[in-house]
Amino acid sequence: MLEVSELFVSYGAISALRGISLKVDHGSIVTLIGGNGAGKTTTLRTISGLLRPRSGTVTFLGENITQLPAHKIVARGIGHVPEGRMVFSNLTVNENLAMGAYLCKDKASIARDRDYVFGIFPRLRERLKQSAGTLSGGEQQMLAIGRALMGEPKLLMLDEPSLGIAPRLISTIFEKIVEINRDRKISILLVEQNANLALEISSHAYVLETGSLSMDGASADLRMNPQLKAAYLGGYKQPK
Amino acid sequence: MSEFLQQLINGLSLGAIYALIALGYTMVYGVLRFINFAHSDVFMVGAFIGYYVGRHLPEGTVWGGLIAMAAAMAGCAVLGIGIERLVYRPLRSGPTLNVLITAIGMSLFLEYSGQLVFGATPRAFPSIFPAKLIEVHGLIVSMNQVIVIVVAAVLMVALEFAVFKTKIGTAMRAVALNPKAAQLVGINIDVVISFTFGLGSALAGAGGVLYALNYPSIDPLMGLVPGLKAFVAAVLGGVGNIPGAALGALILGMVETFVDGSRWSTYKDAIAFATLIGILLFRPAGLLGRFTAEKV
Ligand SMILES: Nc1ncnc2c1ncn2[C@@H]1O[C@H](COP(=O)(O)OP(=O)(O)O)[C@@H](O)[C@H]1O
Ligand SMILES: [Mg+2]
Repeated sequence: MLEVSELFVSYGAISALRGISLKVDHGSIVTLIGGNGAGKTTTLRTISGLLRPRSGTVTFLGENITQLPAHKIVARGIGHVPEGRMVFSNLTVNENLAMGAYLCKDKASIARDRDYVFGIFPRLRERLKQSAGTLSGGEQQMLAIGRALMGEPKLLMLDEPSLGIAPRLISTIFEKIVEINRDRKISILLVEQNANLALEISSHAYVLETGSLSMDGASADLRMNPQLKAAYLGGYKQPK
Repeated sequence: MSEFLQQLINGLSLGAIYALIALGYTMVYGVLRFINFAHSDVFMVGAFIGYYVGRHLPEGTVWGGLIAMAAAMAGCAVLGIGIERLVYRPLRSGPTLNVLITAIGMSLFLEYSGQLVFGATPRAFPSIFPAKLIEVHGLIVSMNQVIVIVVAAVLMVALEFAVFKTKIGTAMRAVALNPKAAQLVGINIDVVISFTFGLGSALAGAGGVLYALNYPSIDPLMGLVPGLKAFVAAVLGGVGNIPGAALGALILGMVETFVDGSRWSTYKDAIAFATLIGILLFRPAGLLGRFTAEKV
Protein backbone atom coordinates (compact mmCIF):
# COMPACT_ATOMS: atom_id res chain seq x y z
CA MET A 1 0.00 0.00 0.00
CA LEU A 2 2.96 2.29 0.66
CA GLU A 3 5.96 2.22 -1.59
CA VAL A 4 8.96 4.44 -1.13
CA SER A 5 11.56 4.33 -3.84
CA GLU A 6 15.06 5.77 -4.09
CA LEU A 7 14.44 8.60 -1.64
CA PHE A 8 17.18 11.21 -1.32
CA VAL A 9 16.67 13.90 1.32
CA SER A 10 19.02 16.57 2.57
CA TYR A 11 19.02 19.39 5.09
CA GLY A 12 20.79 22.16 3.24
CA ALA A 13 24.17 20.72 2.36
CA ILE A 14 23.88 17.76 4.73
CA SER A 15 22.43 14.71 3.07
CA ALA A 16 20.33 12.66 5.47
CA LEU A 17 18.88 9.94 3.22
CA ARG A 18 20.77 8.41 0.34
CA GLY A 19 18.42 6.25 -1.69
CA ILE A 20 15.94 4.64 0.65
CA SER A 21 13.41 2.16 -0.76
CA LEU A 22 10.85 0.36 1.31
CA LYS A 23 7.40 -1.15 1.16
CA VAL A 24 4.50 -1.62 3.54
CA ASP A 25 1.86 -4.18 2.52
CA HIS A 26 -1.83 -3.98 3.39
CA GLY A 27 -2.51 -4.94 6.98
CA SER A 28 1.11 -5.56 7.91
CA ILE A 29 3.39 -4.21 10.61
CA VAL A 30 6.72 -3.14 9.21
CA THR A 31 9.53 -1.71 11.28
CA LEU A 32 12.38 0.58 10.45
CA ILE A 33 15.20 0.30 12.96
CA GLY A 34 18.49 2.08 13.25
CA GLY A 35 20.66 4.04 15.64
CA ASN A 36 20.46 7.68 16.56
CA GLY A 37 20.83 9.95 13.54
CA ALA A 38 20.40 7.14 11.01
CA GLY A 39 17.59 9.00 9.24
CA LYS A 40 14.47 7.27 10.57
CA THR A 41 12.63 10.47 11.48
CA THR A 42 13.64 12.05 8.19
CA THR A 43 12.13 9.08 6.35
CA LEU A 44 8.78 9.43 8.11
CA ARG A 45 8.69 13.19 7.71
CA THR A 46 9.32 12.87 4.01
CA ILE A 47 6.52 10.33 3.64
CA SER A 48 4.07 12.57 5.45
CA GLY A 49 5.04 15.64 3.44
CA LEU A 50 6.76 17.69 6.13
CA LEU A 51 9.98 17.42 4.14
CA ARG A 52 10.49 17.41 0.39
CA PRO A 53 12.89 14.87 -1.07
CA ARG A 54 15.55 15.94 -3.54
CA SER A 55 14.61 12.93 -5.59
CA GLY A 56 12.69 9.70 -5.29
CA THR A 57 9.01 8.96 -5.00
CA VAL A 58 6.44 8.05 -2.39
CA THR A 59 3.47 6.08 -3.69
CA PHE A 60 0.41 5.44 -1.54
CA LEU A 61 -2.50 3.30 -2.74
CA GLY A 62 -1.26 3.64 -6.27
CA GLU A 63 -1.04 7.44 -6.16
CA ASN A 64 2.19 9.41 -6.33
CA ILE A 65 2.00 11.61 -3.22
CA THR A 66 5.60 12.87 -3.23
CA GLN A 67 4.72 16.50 -3.91
CA LEU A 68 1.47 16.73 -1.94
CA PRO A 69 1.34 19.10 1.05
CA ALA A 70 1.22 17.41 4.45
CA HIS A 71 -2.46 18.13 5.16
CA LYS A 72 -3.48 16.44 1.91
CA ILE A 73 -1.38 13.38 2.68
CA VAL A 74 -3.25 13.04 5.97
CA ALA A 75 -6.47 13.21 4.00
CA ARG A 76 -5.27 10.30 1.82
CA GLY A 77 -5.06 8.12 4.94
CA ILE A 78 -1.55 8.34 6.36
CA GLY A 79 -1.42 9.03 10.10
CA HIS A 80 1.87 10.08 11.68
CA VAL A 81 2.62 9.94 15.40
CA PRO A 82 5.69 12.16 15.45
CA GLU A 83 8.88 11.76 17.42
CA GLY A 84 8.55 13.43 20.82
CA ARG A 85 4.75 13.05 20.57
CA MET A 86 4.07 16.71 19.78
CA VAL A 87 0.71 16.85 21.53
CA PHE A 88 -0.78 20.35 21.62
CA SER A 89 0.34 21.09 25.16
CA ASN A 90 -1.95 24.04 25.95
CA LEU A 91 -5.01 22.33 24.50
CA THR A 92 -7.08 19.91 26.52
CA VAL A 93 -7.05 16.19 25.83
CA ASN A 94 -10.53 16.63 24.40
CA GLU A 95 -9.38 19.41 22.05
CA ASN A 96 -6.36 17.38 20.97
CA LEU A 97 -8.64 14.53 19.95
CA ALA A 98 -11.00 16.96 18.21
CA MET A 99 -8.04 18.30 16.23
CA GLY A 100 -7.15 14.73 15.30
CA ALA A 101 -10.55 14.54 13.61
CA TYR A 102 -10.00 17.89 11.89
CA LEU A 103 -10.75 16.53 8.43
CA CYS A 104 -13.68 14.39 9.52
CA LYS A 105 -17.09 15.98 8.97
CA ASP A 106 -19.32 13.15 10.15
CA LYS A 107 -20.26 13.59 13.81
CA ALA A 108 -21.36 9.97 14.25
CA SER A 109 -18.09 8.56 13.00
CA ILE A 110 -16.11 11.01 15.16
CA ALA A 111 -18.06 9.74 18.18
CA ARG A 112 -17.33 6.14 17.19
CA ASP A 113 -13.61 6.86 16.81
CA ARG A 114 -13.53 8.55 20.21
CA ASP A 115 -15.13 5.51 21.79
CA TYR A 116 -12.57 3.31 20.12
CA VAL A 117 -9.70 5.48 21.38
CA PHE A 118 -11.13 5.48 24.92
CA GLY A 119 -11.54 1.71 24.62
CA ILE A 120 -7.82 1.19 24.05
CA PHE A 121 -6.62 4.06 26.24
CA PRO A 122 -9.20 4.42 29.07
CA ARG A 123 -6.91 6.89 30.82
CA LEU A 124 -7.55 9.51 28.19
CA ARG A 125 -11.22 9.57 29.11
CA GLU A 126 -10.30 10.34 32.72
CA ARG A 127 -8.05 13.19 31.61
CA LEU A 128 -10.44 14.71 29.08
CA LYS A 129 -10.52 18.25 30.50
CA GLN A 130 -6.85 18.34 31.44
CA SER A 131 -4.42 20.24 29.25
CA ALA A 132 -2.17 17.84 27.37
CA GLY A 133 1.01 19.37 28.75
CA THR A 134 0.15 18.13 32.24
CA LEU A 135 0.04 14.46 31.19
CA SER A 136 2.87 12.04 31.87
CA GLY A 137 5.09 11.00 28.98
CA GLY A 138 3.24 7.72 28.55
CA GLU A 139 -0.14 9.40 28.60
CA GLN A 140 1.05 11.92 26.04
CA GLN A 141 2.10 9.06 23.82
CA MET A 142 -1.36 7.52 24.18
CA LEU A 143 -2.87 10.88 23.30
CA ALA A 144 -0.61 11.26 20.27
CA ILE A 145 -1.65 7.81 19.04
CA GLY A 146 -5.31 8.53 19.85
CA ARG A 147 -5.13 11.82 18.00
CA ALA A 148 -3.73 10.08 14.92
CA LEU A 149 -6.45 7.41 15.11
CA MET A 150 -9.13 10.12 15.12
CA GLY A 151 -8.05 10.88 11.55
CA GLU A 152 -9.07 7.34 10.49
CA PRO A 153 -5.74 6.45 8.92
CA LYS A 154 -5.23 3.45 6.66
CA LEU A 155 -1.53 3.51 7.45
CA LEU A 156 -0.21 4.60 10.84
CA MET A 157 3.42 5.65 11.16
CA LEU A 158 4.88 5.78 14.66
CA ASP A 159 8.21 7.45 15.42
CA GLU A 160 9.88 5.90 18.46
CA PRO A 161 6.77 5.47 20.61
CA SER A 162 8.92 3.99 23.38
CA LEU A 163 11.13 7.06 23.70
CA GLY A 164 11.11 8.66 27.16
CA ILE A 165 8.35 6.47 28.54
CA ALA A 166 8.21 4.50 31.76
CA PRO A 167 9.29 0.90 30.94
CA ARG A 168 6.06 -0.41 32.43
CA LEU A 169 4.08 1.53 29.83
CA ILE A 170 6.23 0.57 26.85
CA SER A 171 4.81 -2.93 26.67
CA THR A 172 1.27 -1.55 26.97
CA ILE A 173 1.85 0.80 24.08
CA PHE A 174 3.27 -2.01 21.94
CA GLU A 175 0.33 -4.28 22.76
CA LYS A 176 -2.01 -1.51 21.70
CA ILE A 177 -0.16 -1.08 18.42
CA VAL A 178 -0.68 -4.77 17.69
CA GLU A 179 -4.32 -4.46 18.71
CA ILE A 180 -4.92 -1.45 16.44
CA ASN A 181 -3.37 -3.32 13.54
CA ARG A 182 -5.46 -6.43 14.19
CA ASP A 183 -8.83 -4.85 14.99
CA ARG A 184 -8.88 -1.88 12.64
CA LYS A 185 -6.87 -3.40 9.80
CA ILE A 186 -4.57 -0.39 9.95
CA SER A 187 -1.15 -1.02 8.46
CA ILE A 188 1.73 0.07 10.65
CA LEU A 189 5.14 1.52 9.89
CA LEU A 190 7.01 1.53 13.18
CA VAL A 191 10.28 3.38 13.68
CA GLU A 192 12.31 2.23 16.68
CA GLN A 193 15.71 2.22 18.29
CA ASN A 194 14.31 -0.41 20.57
CA ALA A 195 14.97 -3.16 18.03
CA ASN A 196 14.05 -6.17 20.14
CA LEU A 197 10.52 -5.09 20.78
CA ALA A 198 9.99 -3.78 17.25
CA LEU A 199 11.16 -7.05 15.69
CA GLU A 200 8.87 -8.97 17.98
CA ILE A 201 5.65 -7.37 16.78
CA SER A 202 6.54 -6.78 13.13
CA SER A 203 6.54 -9.09 10.15
CA HIS A 204 9.16 -7.29 8.10
CA ALA A 205 12.04 -5.04 9.07
CA TYR A 206 14.42 -2.60 7.46
CA VAL A 207 17.70 -1.58 9.06
CA LEU A 208 18.85 1.96 8.43
CA GLU A 209 22.45 3.07 8.85
CA THR A 210 23.51 6.68 8.27
CA GLY A 211 21.13 7.38 5.47
CA SER A 212 20.99 4.08 3.66
CA LEU A 213 19.50 0.65 4.23
CA SER A 214 22.00 -1.93 5.36
CA MET A 215 19.68 -4.88 5.72
CA ASP A 216 16.10 -5.96 5.34
CA GLY A 217 14.11 -9.13 5.76
CA ALA A 218 11.53 -11.01 7.76
CA SER A 219 11.62 -9.81 11.35
CA ALA A 220 11.89 -13.35 12.69
CA ASP A 221 15.05 -13.88 10.63
CA LEU A 222 16.60 -10.58 11.61
CA ARG A 223 16.17 -11.39 15.27
CA MET A 224 18.51 -14.31 14.76
CA ASN A 225 20.97 -12.34 12.67
CA PRO A 226 24.34 -12.25 14.45
CA GLN A 227 25.41 -8.91 12.96
CA LEU A 228 22.21 -7.23 14.02
CA LYS A 229 22.35 -8.83 17.44
CA ALA A 230 25.74 -7.31 18.02
CA ALA A 231 24.72 -3.87 16.78
CA TYR A 232 21.22 -3.34 18.14
CA LEU A 233 19.97 -6.21 20.21
CA GLY A 234 22.94 -6.58 22.52
CA GLY A 235 22.74 -4.62 25.72
CA TYR A 236 19.02 -4.08 25.60
CA LYS A 237 17.01 -5.37 28.53
CA GLN A 238 13.51 -6.38 27.65
CA PRO A 239 10.81 -4.84 29.86
CA LYS A 240 8.49 -7.22 31.69
CA MET B 1 -13.92 60.77 43.37
CA SER B 2 -15.97 61.63 40.30
CA GLU B 3 -12.82 62.85 38.63
CA PHE B 4 -11.25 59.51 39.36
CA LEU B 5 -14.21 57.67 37.82
CA GLN B 6 -14.09 59.99 34.84
CA GLN B 7 -10.45 59.17 34.28
CA LEU B 8 -11.16 55.49 34.78
CA ILE B 9 -13.66 55.60 31.92
CA ASN B 10 -11.26 57.58 29.74
CA GLY B 11 -8.52 55.07 30.47
CA LEU B 12 -10.84 52.18 29.79
CA SER B 13 -11.87 53.48 26.38
CA LEU B 14 -8.29 54.27 25.38
CA GLY B 15 -7.17 50.86 26.61
CA ALA B 16 -10.02 49.18 24.72
CA ILE B 17 -8.81 50.70 21.46
CA TYR B 18 -5.22 49.65 22.15
CA ALA B 19 -6.56 46.18 22.87
CA LEU B 20 -8.31 45.92 19.52
CA ILE B 21 -5.01 46.69 17.77
CA ALA B 22 -2.83 44.65 20.13
CA LEU B 23 -4.87 41.50 19.54
CA GLY B 24 -3.90 41.49 15.86
CA TYR B 25 -0.20 41.83 16.67
CA THR B 26 -0.32 39.06 19.19
CA MET B 27 -2.37 36.61 17.11
CA VAL B 28 -0.12 36.98 14.08
CA TYR B 29 2.93 36.61 16.29
CA GLY B 30 1.35 33.49 17.78
CA VAL B 31 1.07 31.66 14.46
CA LEU B 32 3.99 33.12 12.51
CA ARG B 33 6.46 34.34 15.16
CA PHE B 34 6.91 37.69 13.52
CA ILE B 35 5.70 41.24 14.17
CA ASN B 36 3.47 42.56 11.43
CA PHE B 37 4.60 46.18 11.38
CA ALA B 38 2.01 47.04 8.75
CA HIS B 39 -0.74 46.26 11.25
CA SER B 40 -0.92 49.84 12.53
CA ASP B 41 -1.50 51.04 8.96
CA VAL B 42 -4.34 48.59 8.51
CA PHE B 43 -5.80 50.37 11.53
CA MET B 44 -5.38 53.68 9.68
CA VAL B 45 -7.07 52.29 6.56
CA GLY B 46 -9.96 51.19 8.78
CA ALA B 47 -10.43 54.77 9.94
CA PHE B 48 -10.47 55.99 6.33
CA ILE B 49 -12.97 53.35 5.25
CA GLY B 50 -15.14 54.47 8.16
CA TYR B 51 -14.69 58.06 6.98
CA TYR B 52 -15.73 57.45 3.37
CA VAL B 53 -18.61 55.13 4.21
CA GLY B 54 -19.72 57.35 7.10
CA ARG B 55 -19.96 60.40 4.87
CA HIS B 56 -22.56 58.66 2.73
CA LEU B 57 -24.71 57.73 5.67
CA PRO B 58 -26.94 59.95 7.78
CA GLU B 59 -24.89 61.27 10.70
CA GLY B 60 -25.63 60.55 14.30
CA THR B 61 -27.46 57.25 14.04
CA VAL B 62 -26.50 54.03 15.73
CA TRP B 63 -27.19 51.90 12.66
CA GLY B 64 -25.21 54.25 10.41
CA GLY B 65 -22.25 54.06 12.78
CA LEU B 66 -22.47 50.30 12.91
CA ILE B 67 -22.55 50.06 9.10
CA ALA B 68 -19.47 52.27 8.81
CA MET B 69 -17.74 50.10 11.38
CA ALA B 70 -18.76 46.85 9.67
CA ALA B 71 -17.46 48.22 6.37
CA ALA B 72 -14.13 49.12 7.98
CA MET B 73 -13.86 45.66 9.53
CA ALA B 74 -14.65 43.88 6.26
CA GLY B 75 -12.35 46.11 4.23
CA CYS B 76 -9.47 45.66 6.66
CA ALA B 77 -9.98 41.89 6.80
CA VAL B 78 -9.63 41.77 3.00
CA LEU B 79 -6.60 44.06 3.14
CA GLY B 80 -4.90 42.02 5.88
CA ILE B 81 -5.54 38.71 4.13
CA GLY B 82 -4.32 40.23 0.86
CA ILE B 83 -1.07 41.54 2.37
CA GLU B 84 -0.30 38.14 3.87
CA ARG B 85 -1.20 36.28 0.71
CA LEU B 86 0.69 38.49 -1.73
CA VAL B 87 3.60 39.83 0.31
CA TYR B 88 4.42 37.70 3.37
CA ARG B 89 3.53 34.21 2.15
CA PRO B 90 6.10 34.04 -0.67
CA LEU B 91 8.79 34.84 1.93
CA ARG B 92 7.58 32.47 4.61
CA SER B 93 10.08 29.70 3.97
CA GLY B 94 12.99 32.13 4.25
CA PRO B 95 14.51 33.67 7.39
CA THR B 96 12.08 35.56 9.67
CA LEU B 97 14.22 38.67 9.36
CA ASN B 98 13.31 38.95 5.69
CA VAL B 99 9.60 38.99 6.48
CA LEU B 100 10.19 41.46 9.29
CA ILE B 101 11.95 43.91 7.01
CA THR B 102 9.28 43.40 4.37
CA ALA B 103 6.65 44.21 6.97
CA ILE B 104 8.37 47.53 7.67
CA GLY B 105 8.40 48.15 3.93
CA MET B 106 4.72 47.29 3.72
CA SER B 107 4.01 49.73 6.53
CA LEU B 108 5.79 52.56 4.71
CA PHE B 109 4.05 51.58 1.49
CA LEU B 110 0.63 51.89 3.11
CA GLU B 111 1.52 55.19 4.76
CA TYR B 112 2.78 56.82 1.58
CA SER B 113 0.01 55.32 -0.54
CA GLY B 114 -2.35 56.79 2.02
CA GLN B 115 -0.81 60.23 1.56
CA LEU B 116 -1.11 59.84 -2.19
CA VAL B 117 -4.69 58.61 -2.18
CA PHE B 118 -6.19 60.39 0.84
CA GLY B 119 -3.86 63.39 1.01
CA ALA B 120 -1.58 64.26 3.91
CA THR B 121 -3.80 66.88 5.54
CA PRO B 122 -5.78 65.67 8.53
CA ARG B 123 -9.51 65.38 7.98
CA ALA B 124 -12.36 65.77 10.40
CA PHE B 125 -14.02 62.45 11.07
CA PRO B 126 -17.83 62.58 10.70
CA SER B 127 -19.82 62.00 13.86
CA ILE B 128 -21.27 58.75 12.65
CA PHE B 129 -22.72 57.83 16.04
CA PRO B 130 -25.17 59.97 18.05
CA ALA B 131 -23.08 62.63 19.82
CA LYS B 132 -24.81 62.82 23.16
CA LEU B 133 -23.41 63.48 26.59
CA ILE B 134 -24.75 61.27 29.31
CA GLU B 135 -24.68 62.44 32.90
CA VAL B 136 -24.87 59.99 35.75
CA HIS B 137 -24.41 61.36 39.27
CA GLY B 138 -22.24 64.23 38.10
CA LEU B 139 -20.22 61.92 35.90
CA ILE B 140 -20.19 63.03 32.30
CA VAL B 141 -19.65 60.37 29.70
CA SER B 142 -19.87 60.94 25.99
CA MET B 143 -21.91 58.57 23.90
CA ASN B 144 -18.78 57.89 21.87
CA GLN B 145 -16.95 56.64 24.93
CA VAL B 146 -19.83 54.33 25.77
CA ILE B 147 -19.82 53.06 22.20
CA VAL B 148 -16.06 52.47 22.26
CA ILE B 149 -16.27 50.45 25.47
CA VAL B 150 -19.37 48.49 24.49
CA VAL B 151 -18.22 47.70 20.97
CA ALA B 152 -14.73 46.73 22.12
CA ALA B 153 -16.19 44.49 24.82
CA VAL B 154 -18.55 42.80 22.37
CA LEU B 155 -15.75 42.26 19.87
CA MET B 156 -13.44 40.81 22.50
CA VAL B 157 -16.11 38.39 23.70
CA ALA B 158 -16.73 37.40 20.07
CA LEU B 159 -13.01 36.87 19.59
CA GLU B 160 -12.80 34.80 22.73
CA PHE B 161 -15.58 32.63 21.33
CA ALA B 162 -13.95 32.37 17.90
CA VAL B 163 -10.58 31.41 19.31
CA PHE B 164 -11.59 29.11 22.14
CA LYS B 165 -14.87 27.56 21.03
CA THR B 166 -14.75 27.08 17.27
CA LYS B 167 -12.90 24.47 15.26
CA ILE B 168 -10.91 26.98 13.21
CA GLY B 169 -10.01 28.86 16.41
CA THR B 170 -8.78 25.67 18.03
CA ALA B 171 -6.80 24.99 14.85
CA MET B 172 -5.27 28.45 15.18
CA ARG B 173 -4.12 27.67 18.70
CA ALA B 174 -2.80 24.32 17.50
CA VAL B 175 -0.77 25.99 14.74
CA ALA B 176 0.59 28.49 17.25
CA LEU B 177 1.72 25.67 19.53
CA ASN B 178 3.18 23.35 16.93
CA PRO B 179 2.82 23.95 13.20
CA LYS B 180 4.26 20.55 12.27
CA ALA B 181 1.86 18.61 14.46
CA ALA B 182 -0.96 20.80 13.17
CA GLN B 183 -0.18 19.78 9.61
CA LEU B 184 -0.07 16.14 10.68
CA VAL B 185 -3.70 16.25 11.77
CA GLY B 186 -4.68 17.70 8.40
CA ILE B 187 -4.79 21.41 9.20
CA ASN B 188 -4.02 23.57 6.19
CA ILE B 189 -1.69 26.14 7.71
CA ASP B 190 -2.33 28.64 4.92
CA VAL B 191 -6.04 28.71 5.71
CA VAL B 192 -5.37 29.23 9.42
CA ILE B 193 -2.91 32.04 8.70
CA SER B 194 -5.40 33.79 6.41
CA PHE B 195 -8.03 33.42 9.10
CA THR B 196 -5.66 34.93 11.67
CA PHE B 197 -4.82 37.91 9.49
CA GLY B 198 -8.48 38.43 8.65
CA LEU B 199 -9.55 38.34 12.27
CA GLY B 200 -6.74 40.58 13.53
CA SER B 201 -7.18 43.10 10.72
CA ALA B 202 -10.95 43.29 11.22
CA LEU B 203 -10.38 44.15 14.88
CA ALA B 204 -7.83 46.79 13.88
CA GLY B 205 -10.37 48.22 11.42
CA ALA B 206 -12.96 48.52 14.17
CA GLY B 207 -10.25 50.06 16.37
CA GLY B 208 -9.50 52.62 13.66
CA VAL B 209 -13.11 53.80 13.54
CA LEU B 210 -13.44 53.89 17.33
CA TYR B 211 -10.19 55.81 17.68
CA ALA B 212 -11.33 58.34 15.08
CA LEU B 213 -14.57 58.87 17.01
CA ASN B 214 -12.73 60.13 20.06
CA TYR B 215 -9.78 61.83 18.37
CA PRO B 216 -11.76 63.17 15.52
CA SER B 217 -9.19 63.90 12.89
CA ILE B 218 -7.57 61.29 10.75
CA ASP B 219 -4.51 61.23 8.51
CA PRO B 220 -2.37 58.58 6.83
CA LEU B 221 0.21 58.54 9.63
CA MET B 222 -2.34 58.29 12.43
CA GLY B 223 -1.53 54.59 12.99
CA LEU B 224 2.05 55.19 14.12
CA VAL B 225 1.57 56.17 17.75
CA PRO B 226 -1.42 53.99 18.70
CA GLY B 227 0.20 51.15 16.75
CA LEU B 228 3.38 51.47 18.77
CA LYS B 229 1.42 51.63 22.02
CA ALA B 230 -0.62 48.58 21.06
CA PHE B 231 2.55 46.73 20.20
CA VAL B 232 3.92 47.64 23.61
CA ALA B 233 0.66 46.42 25.14
CA ALA B 234 1.04 43.09 23.35
CA VAL B 235 4.58 42.69 24.69
CA LEU B 236 3.42 43.76 28.12
CA GLY B 237 0.78 41.04 28.20
CA GLY B 238 3.13 38.43 26.79
CA VAL B 239 3.33 38.46 23.01
CA GLY B 240 1.37 35.60 21.49
CA ASN B 241 -1.01 35.53 24.45
CA ILE B 242 -4.52 36.75 23.61
CA PRO B 243 -5.91 37.61 27.06
CA GLY B 244 -2.46 39.07 27.81
CA ALA B 245 -2.75 41.56 24.96
CA ALA B 246 -6.12 42.76 26.22
CA LEU B 247 -4.82 43.08 29.77
CA GLY B 248 -1.63 44.85 28.68
CA ALA B 249 -3.67 47.29 26.60
CA LEU B 250 -6.00 48.14 29.47
CA ILE B 251 -3.07 48.74 31.82
CA LEU B 252 -1.34 50.93 29.28
CA GLY B 253 -4.51 52.93 28.56
CA MET B 254 -5.05 53.48 32.29
CA VAL B 255 -1.47 54.48 33.04
CA GLU B 256 -1.41 56.85 30.12
CA THR B 257 -4.74 58.48 31.04
CA PHE B 258 -3.94 58.93 34.71
CA VAL B 259 -0.48 60.34 34.02
CA ASP B 260 -2.01 62.61 31.40
CA GLY B 261 -4.40 63.98 34.00
CA SER B 262 -1.62 64.64 36.51
CA ARG B 263 1.10 67.28 36.56
CA TRP B 264 3.52 64.90 34.89
CA SER B 265 1.41 64.83 31.75
CA THR B 266 4.33 65.84 29.55
CA TYR B 267 5.95 62.54 30.43
CA LYS B 268 2.92 60.33 29.77
CA ASP B 269 4.58 58.32 27.00
CA ALA B 270 7.85 58.07 28.90
CA ILE B 271 6.02 56.77 31.95
CA ALA B 272 3.98 54.35 29.83
CA PHE B 273 7.20 52.91 28.42
CA ALA B 274 8.89 52.90 31.82
CA THR B 275 5.97 50.76 33.02
CA LEU B 276 6.72 48.36 30.20
CA ILE B 277 10.39 48.16 31.03
CA GLY B 278 9.59 47.76 34.73
CA ILE B 279 7.20 44.88 34.12
CA LEU B 280 9.53 43.17 31.67
CA LEU B 281 12.37 43.35 34.18
CA PHE B 282 10.35 41.26 36.60
CA ARG B 283 8.43 39.19 34.08
CA PRO B 284 10.56 38.91 30.94
CA ALA B 285 7.87 36.94 29.10
CA GLY B 286 5.18 39.52 29.86
CA LEU B 287 2.34 39.47 32.36
CA LEU B 288 0.57 36.35 31.13
CA GLY B 289 3.22 35.05 28.78
CA ARG B 290 5.55 32.25 29.55
CA PHE B 291 8.38 30.75 27.66
CA THR B 292 6.70 27.47 26.90
CA ALA B 293 8.96 24.49 26.74
CA GLU B 294 7.68 21.30 25.20
CA LYS B 295 7.65 18.47 27.68
CA VAL B 296 9.93 15.75 26.41
N1 LIG C 1 16.47 19.91 11.04
C1 LIG C 1 17.65 19.37 10.73
N2 LIG C 1 18.64 20.14 10.22
C2 LIG C 1 19.83 19.62 9.88
N3 LIG C 1 20.15 18.33 10.02
C3 LIG C 1 19.22 17.51 10.52
C4 LIG C 1 17.92 17.98 10.90
N4 LIG C 1 17.20 16.94 11.36
C5 LIG C 1 18.01 15.87 11.28
N5 LIG C 1 19.22 16.19 10.77
C6 LIG C 1 20.33 15.27 10.52
O1 LIG C 1 19.88 14.26 9.64
C7 LIG C 1 20.34 13.00 10.06
C8 LIG C 1 19.18 12.07 10.29
O2 LIG C 1 18.41 12.53 11.39
P1 LIG C 1 17.07 11.82 11.86
O3 LIG C 1 16.23 11.55 10.67
O4 LIG C 1 16.48 12.67 12.91
O5 LIG C 1 17.60 10.47 12.47
P2 LIG C 1 16.92 9.44 13.46
O6 LIG C 1 15.47 9.74 13.53
O7 LIG C 1 17.20 8.11 12.86
O8 LIG C 1 17.60 9.60 14.78
C9 LIG C 1 21.19 13.23 11.31
O9 LIG C 1 22.53 13.28 10.91
C10 LIG C 1 20.75 14.57 11.80
O10 LIG C 1 21.81 15.24 12.43
MG1 LIG D 1 14.38 10.21 15.16
